Amino acid sequence: MSIDKQDVQKIAHLARLALTEEDAVQYQHSLSSVLSLVEQMQSVNTDGVEPLSNPLEMTQRLREDVVTEGNHREEFLANAPQTEAGLFLVPKVID
Amino acid sequence: MFEQSISVLAQKLRNKDISSVELTRTFLDRIAKLNPLLNSYITISEELALQQAQAADERLANGQGSSLTGIPVAHKDLFCTQGTLTTCGSKMLHNFIPPYESTVTQRIKDAGAVMLGKTNMDEFAMGSSNENSFYGAVKNPWNLDTVPGGSSGGSAAAVAAGLTVAATGTDTGGSIRQPASFCGITGLKPTYGRVSRFGMIAYASSLDQGGPMAKSAEDCAHLMQTIAGFDDKDSTCSETPKDDYLANLDTPLTGLKIGLPKEYFGDGLDPKVADVIMTAVKEFEKLGATVKEISLPNLQLSIPSYYVIAPSEASSNLSRFDGVRFGHRCEDPKDLLDMYMRTRAEGFGREVQKRIMVGTYALSEGYYDAYYLKAQKIRRLIKNDFVAALSEVDVIMGPVAPTTAFGIGSKADDPVAMYLEDIYTLSVNLAGIPAMSVPAGFADGMPVGLQIMGNYFAEAKLLNVAHQFQQHTDWHLQTPTMAKGA
Amino acid sequence: MNWEVVIGLEIHTQLSTKSKLFSGAAVGFGAEPNTQTTLVDLGMPGALPVLNKEALRMAVMFGHAINAEIGMHSVFARKNYFYPDLPKGYQTSQMDHPIVGKGYLDVMLDDGSTSRIGITRAHLEEDAGKSLHEDFQGMTGIDLNRSSTPLLEIVSEPDIRSAKEAVAYVKMIHSIVTYLGICDGNMAEGSMRCDINLSLRPKGQKEYGTRTEIKNVNSFRFIEKAIYTEIERQADILEDGGRIVQETRLYDPDKNETRSMRSKEDANDYRYFPCPDLLPIELTEEYVDQIKANLPELPNQKAARFQEEYKLSEYDAGVLSASRAMADYFEQANSLVKDAKLTANWVMGELSKLLNQEQLEITQSPVSAKALGELLSRVLDNTINGKTAKDVLQAMWNGEGSADEIIEAKGLKQVTDTGAIEIMIQEILDANAAQVEQYRAADPDKQKKMIGFFVGQVMKASQGKANPGIVNPILAKMLKG
Repeated sequence: MSIDKQDVQKIAHLARLALTEEDAVQYQHSLSSVLSLVEQMQSVNTDGVEPLSNPLEMTQRLREDVVTEGNHREEFLANAPQTEAGLFLVPKVID
Repeated sequence: MFEQSISVLAQKLRNKDISSVELTRTFLDRIAKLNPLLNSYITISEELALQQAQAADERLANGQGSSLTGIPVAHKDLFCTQGTLTTCGSKMLHNFIPPYESTVTQRIKDAGAVMLGKTNMDEFAMGSSNENSFYGAVKNPWNLDTVPGGSSGGSAAAVAAGLTVAATGTDTGGSIRQPASFCGITGLKPTYGRVSRFGMIAYASSLDQGGPMAKSAEDCAHLMQTIAGFDDKDSTCSETPKDDYLANLDTPLTGLKIGLPKEYFGDGLDPKVADVIMTAVKEFEKLGATVKEISLPNLQLSIPSYYVIAPSEASSNLSRFDGVRFGHRCEDPKDLLDMYMRTRAEGFGREVQKRIMVGTYALSEGYYDAYYLKAQKIRRLIKNDFVAALSEVDVIMGPVAPTTAFGIGSKADDPVAMYLEDIYTLSVNLAGIPAMSVPAGFADGMPVGLQIMGNYFAEAKLLNVAHQFQQHTDWHLQTPTMAKGA
Repeated sequence: MNWEVVIGLEIHTQLSTKSKLFSGAAVGFGAEPNTQTTLVDLGMPGALPVLNKEALRMAVMFGHAINAEIGMHSVFARKNYFYPDLPKGYQTSQMDHPIVGKGYLDVMLDDGSTSRIGITRAHLEEDAGKSLHEDFQGMTGIDLNRSSTPLLEIVSEPDIRSAKEAVAYVKMIHSIVTYLGICDGNMAEGSMRCDINLSLRPKGQKEYGTRTEIKNVNSFRFIEKAIYTEIERQADILEDGGRIVQETRLYDPDKNETRSMRSKEDANDYRYFPCPDLLPIELTEEYVDQIKANLPELPNQKAARFQEEYKLSEYDAGVLSASRAMADYFEQANSLVKDAKLTANWVMGELSKLLNQEQLEITQSPVSAKALGELLSRVLDNTINGKTAKDVLQAMWNGEGSADEIIEAKGLKQVTDTGAIEIMIQEILDANAAQVEQYRAADPDKQKKMIGFFVGQVMKASQGKANPGIVNPILAKMLKG
């Protein structure tokens, strides 16, 4: 299983990772080798096998509907790259 | 002093033979001297440690506290610690100071332990050599030219070199056991759901599990006693009551049924490592255990299954690192897309970016069934193998890794080769069972860990088995030469 | 060409829980930015979600109300995409196993006909935050108070064939969720938002045309207008031989047009997969049955009861039960009046007129149900007549006091003294001798029409205070001579 450079750029865009041309070539190789590694799964017959997403197969626990947290805005904003008026700032969003 | 166990140190603290402040200073001094050689800490929290030590001394003076009160420990830099830099080994979080505390570190803090600092690790826990850290590679105290293993390499090296009494680690595909094996210490990956993941920066949510790394099984039991158990902040944390991990350490091993999976002893296993493991198994026979060969037929498939599931979950878990609310943001983004693209390309290292892309690909339209769903089905086959095997034997034993610690940089060109080395550890995470690495001897001067795997929630049994072994061997008491001089 | 419109709706309903879907932060509209957030809602590293019990219960209630299969095994999935108001880089939603499966609603249209709209599914998901586009150093501000607020997304089948039908359906959903008490129904604050999937096809064609999705329409009126506008736009393109582009559009109420949202056109691949931080929800029959047994009366059940218990017409019962608030108001007022037809007429008539004039909800009415009931009781006991009552209601609306206080203060009590009325009538008959002559000469059929003139004169003379029930027989008798 190998992927081309265009695939790499498409995936990188979905994952929001800026790649240079050079990066794309490198990742094309390293991703292809990982994909070949995982390719061996296809030889196994898994008909009728239920997928397992949680090893303990527990069920979801529920939380009472109560407000347990107050306002910690300043503590959280302290870690943000840019803020104003209690808001996180990002480059202009155009709808 | 630095070589002593938690039980002995706790007794000395209680008897006032030594104060926690003195003990903490001893370790801080050792860190100051040896850490530059090892790079096992990213952050050394000296001031906080001394404050906590003083508080511990006061508690002890009042006759209060637990066996961890006043004991210096270190935390993998993946556990969020309130007010202390938490980087996860990444540039992305080079400036992240959490305003909250992980459940694991909170419980250890509440028990009165002293936090010496935060240990180095592969970035976002992705790696088996600790070479993938933004803060530089960690050196193995047994040979500074070799890796300590990963991703909890900083914790393993720090414990082995006596730069902390014990440490926390996390294990997604072997990240506690493999560095424990490479550094000659004892590490336990608990059952998935035994220890809360709250405040642990997620790599792969359905595989990640925090656990103790220390010199001995007994020390690990002390930590488990504190960190294990239900936490209502983690939906995947089990409500199964926790065991008393110290109570059964001395239970004799007469009649213990050990399974040796033939797949763990095939091609690829270094014969010298195999010798060490077989010698250890014979020791168990002397202690009254019986040994039989078993089979885990789908073992080989754990590699592809893991390298689909873990990157898939990671690709989503790491989407929150976007430069908006915390962490790194690129300079002068020209627009929103540019901010995302450059922030993430600059903030994440290559291995992390690669795994994000593998996961993104595996989950994308048209590939989901062939990759993610298929991997989840294989995951069930792997779990079934363990369930079947553990219905016949009490514990499963084998090597942790096919070799001892390898040279720094020796595998950097072939990451897939490094993935293959995880063959003995990945399946345990996929199945969710607990497993330990226990020092079992040396091959060419480097430590070899014996892996002991058990049934769901059988941590107390594993610790008992490991402790009995350690009562009759002294591999866990060996100290690397570089640590002795300090 | 004769086009048929095909519409499917996705309604996002904000569940009225106290805390968020996955955290203990408060839910509420209008708080200071980012003050109702926890590390979970902010997507901080190491934060983990735990499901709100009440949100789950509300979703199951809704499922019962639309006759749906309840998802006994449901799963949360992650929908992955990057957007600044989506802190984790994914929205926790449900994909393959929603909490509510197939159901339906019978919707009554204005012409009295009923149509059945299929509901594909309803699933729980978390809301995103808000992007504020006011200028902050040329940047956008992000407020995450709304992040992780519980939503129930209700997805209809493409069964809707007109704007009117769409509005009737949304009103029905609105009515149900407010009846159930699972949503405050406040559309202006975004508690209910509607995505409209719309396509056209030539009448008689089976295949669907290419559809567009109009996002986030948040009033009944805008839903109707957006649909008309979009039908027109698509029809124009198709008539000109053009093609519809499948895309997301935004309705602009100021310009009454829809426009393309290019920013959302970024070849979305959401990479759904089961959320590993949450586990499957397994419901028991007992749990589901218990919720069903405790379901409050629903709009159609209430309408049926109103017809049965109060002998109201189907139309009146339907109007009064459309909103739980109006139904409650009616029942409370009528508990004093005990004349359902009279109460219904006033609630649907005069009161609704006043409310509409000032664009108020019935819950905001300055005249309480009890106050209206007292007023109507005075009509029933002949203290005032209906016409006077309208003036009293207006005075009550203006805050001049209770019905009795106003009647007393303004001296509006009806004249019921037969002696006084006889004198008044005699004076009128004397002053209109010619008309009396004509009346007496006319045949009985004509007399019936002519008597109105004299009644009017009496009312005029009494300033409306004469009780018509008393005036009429006396007048008839005295006219006979």
